[in-house]
Amino acid sequence: MRILVVEDDPILANGLKVGLSLGGWAVDLVGTCADARAAVGAVEFDAVVLDLMLPDGSGIDVLAEMRACEDRTPVLLLTALDDVADRIRGLDSGADDYLGKPFDLDELAARVRAIARRGTGRATPSIAAGGIVIDPATLTVTVDGDAVSVSRREFAVLSALMERPGTIRSKSEIEERLYGWQEEIESNTVEVHIHHLRAKIGRDAIETVRGLGYRLKA
Amino acid sequence: MAASSVDMTSLRKRLFALLIVATGVIWLSAIGWIYFGSKAEVEHVLDTRLQEAAKMVHSLVASGNVASAPEKAQVLEPLQGAAGYERQLSCQIWSLDGKLMARSSGAPEARLADDAQGFSERNVNGEPWRVYTIEDAAKGVRVMVGDRVGVRERLIADLIKGLIVPLLLIVPLLGALIWISIDRGLRPLKVIADELAQRSADDMGPIEAGRVPSEIKPLTNAINGLFAKVEAARRHEREVTAFAAHELRTPLAGLKTQTQIALAATDPATKEGALRQILASVDRTTRLVRQLLTLAKLDAGADRGGVDEVNLGEVLDAINSGLAPRGELLRVSRDSSLDDVVLRTNREMLTIALRNLHENALQHMPDGGRIHWRLAADGNGVAIEDEGPGIPADELGAVTQRFFRGRHKSAAGTGLGLAIVETAVEQLGFSLKLANRTDRDGLRAEVRFHRDAA
Repeated sequence: MRILVVEDDPILANGLKVGLSLGGWAVDLVGTCADARAAVGAVEFDAVVLDLMLPDGSGIDVLAEMRACEDRTPVLLLTALDDVADRIRGLDSGADDYLGKPFDLDELAARVRAIARRGTGRATPSIAAGGIVIDPATLTVTVDGDAVSVSRREFAVLSALMERPGTIRSKSEIEERLYGWQEEIESNTVEVHIHHLRAKIGRDAIETVRGLGYRLKA
Repeated sequence: MAASSVDMTSLRKRLFALLIVATGVIWLSAIGWIYFGSKAEVEHVLDTRLQEAAKMVHSLVASGNVASAPEKAQVLEPLQGAAGYERQLSCQIWSLDGKLMARSSGAPEARLADDAQGFSERNVNGEPWRVYTIEDAAKGVRVMVGDRVGVRERLIADLIKGLIVPLLLIVPLLGALIWISIDRGLRPLKVIADELAQRSADDMGPIEAGRVPSEIKPLTNAINGLFAKVEAARRHEREVTAFAAHELRTPLAGLKTQTQIALAATDPATKEGALRQILASVDRTTRLVRQLLTLAKLDAGADRGGVDEVNLGEVLDAINSGLAPRGELLRVSRDSSLDDVVLRTNREMLTIALRNLHENALQHMPDGGRIHWRLAADGNGVAIEDEGPGIPADELGAVTQRFFRGRHKSAAGTGLGLAIVETAVEQLGFSLKLANRTDRDGLRAEVRFHRDAA
């Protein structure tokens, strides 16, 4: 999953980036409303974690603009203003969830997973396709009931393919799910991860469509 | 004494008393005017009548109807007049040699006037008379017609009495009317008072101007102005509280998140990174708490007073030695002429202001940058110049607001430093001027020793 974190406090922003990356997500970080607007316009995120009090305005405005442009990206508001009235205002402006500071990192991750899952239209926490079941909460993979151990990056590649079984995901699409802007993309990592995954979940599970990308056999 | 015992703080009683007194004075003046006017008119009319009567009697004498020399003075019987005013006129006919030839009934026997012709006044039998005399040398008679002055005055007094009695009867009625009118006139005040009394403590909306009479408008405008000020102060307080909540909770959230990362991370580099962030966060929170306390102290005005001679060079050296720049990477310098600047001011507040400017500059400096304290060209201010990114022009006016952290904020900043500087500088009676440097990137912050005329 690729997550956008909009937070101006450098220490908390760093914590969110590192903490959410532990869940195998690619996390992008911006600190102002202007940068947030540019980011949501440029990349399709699976979820946005949005702070309300930003140096150049309120996150509510960014949220309202996103919703006005039919942007359906799930948004979780993060703020120190956790009066009931503020929460109601946030949710009514189009937020999918709300968390007051300070918060528990695991709870935040769970809530982001939940809104991202709902964003794709799924209600079940785990994704199943062709005998493979992945659980984003625990980063576990089972193939025909047997647990398989995968790395965070491998999990991210697999979940990108699992979300839409049978459709082709290009290499750059998969890279987008692996790396944030600030991370350097190594040229053949996707190939390496696919290679490792095939060894773990079965050689035929992932099909290479030459020149286009990869797809999971449904 | 009665007037002073009336409660003059009651607008109604005050207006009532004023109106009653004013009406009374006008009435008295009117009565006075009428009295003197009527008196003059009545006297004129009566004098004319005296004159006519004298001429009439003289013409009778001249035509020979009156015996020129009777043995005994004739007494002419008058017609019966209106009660109270009968026998008002008296007539005497004297021969030129001083014999009373005839007189009207009721006329005294004593001579009414001296020998002078025309009008005269004289006391006859202890009563004042006004008399008109005609002297006829050919017939040898003197005709005198007079009336009693007392009767004249009674006539005027009766006239005035006739005016005053109805007025006195009207007074209570008028008082009641005035009282009711004042009550009606003051109703808008009562409406406003009732509206204010029923308001909740949070309702700081203006009093509706449409229903307010123009005389009360200055008062309601002043009240509305006060409401607006109180509301602005309350909003400011709420904002600061909200900001404080944000500024305290955000570092706490950062601390908690980083702590959870440190606990959860298996990778030693991630763990160490998180621990370093925790350290930075604790440092920043410590600074935040210190600055909040400084600000609270400044707000309370605890440092006011204590004025002594402060050497600017010494203060800056003390600040600089207390705040070691990051290693050798940053240079701090100052004009040596600052050693000669001595201000009579509060040392602690000046130190707070300059130290926060110094810290602000340090926080925004790139490695290897240079901070310089400079004496203003006119010698009337001290400026610090840094080589940081400066402040975006649209944020220059806002950076002294509490908890404002602009786009070029530093990791260690609390958003309070410049707010503290401004508060301290204002309490010293100085002013703060912020501007981006024109010669290169960087901020020039100047403390002017006299408040600039804005």
